[in-house]
Amino acid sequence: MADAALFEFLHTEMVAELWAHHSDPGPGGQKMSLSVLEGMGFRVGQALGERLPQETLAFREELDILKFLCKDLWVAVFQKQMDSLRTNHQGTYVLQDNSFPLLIRMAAGLQYLEEAPKFLAFTCGLLRGALSTLGIKSLVTASVASLPTCKFQVVIQKT
Amino acid sequence: MVHTSLDVVDEKISAMGKALVDQRELYLGLLYPTEDYKVYGYVTNSKVKFVMVVDSSNTALRDNEIRSMFRKLHNSYTDVMCNPFYNPGDRIHSRAFDSMVTSMMIQVC
Repeated sequence: MADAALFEFLHTEMVAELWAHHSDPGPGGQKMSLSVLEGMGFRVGQALGERLPQETLAFREELDILKFLCKDLWVAVFQKQMDSLRTNHQGTYVLQDNSFPLLIRMAAGLQYLEEAPKFLAFTCGLLRGALSTLGIKSLVTASVASLPTCKFQVVIQKT
Repeated sequence: MVHTSLDVVDEKISAMGKALVDQRELYLGLLYPTEDYKVYGYVTNSKVKFVMVVDSSNTALRDNEIRSMFRKLHNSYTDVMCNPFYNPGDRIHSRAFDSMVTSMMIQVC
């Protein structure tokens, strides 16, 4: 579907735009832009978390929700499923994508490793937003060891 | 009265979680009948609860009509959520949502 390319281009432009007009190129400004991207992803995730599970049956436990994220949410946004989901059964989940669509066009290997976080912030927010609509407060971080494989770590915040 | 029905909804949800019920439906059905009103409940996956209070004298309302009303409510609510100007948790000011609800109520009366 051509829609996938549309989102990829839009996302690339979003990142480029935020970094082009950097008033503060130091680490403080970087953090600002990263949190702007994450905030955008969060709002989109909230809306998706409402729309996507509409026809599915009620989720019975936390793991069901994570599986829903890995399958339905990933397919809806990236046209593929998450490659692996691991958990320590104590509120931490690691979602691994071996060929993340937003990174796959950049490089294969260690080139551009420092730039990768910019392209993952939106997706971290997306996961956090969807989880929050489904009733789970969480903290999502991403890490890249070598492009295009990336891992998203979801830590459930117990209140 | 809506608050007491919310308690019943919570009861039903927690019952669903513990019992190994295959039916994980979103529609909760008739919550409990009182003298003047019947109350129906529906819960979404995002734990948003819809409560509908119907006058008991209106006996013509069938179960599947109520179900379709809840489905329309859920769809409109999803549209409201996707509105970028809407902050989740606020009171809903959307005119489209209001007109959908009003037209549904008119249809029934």
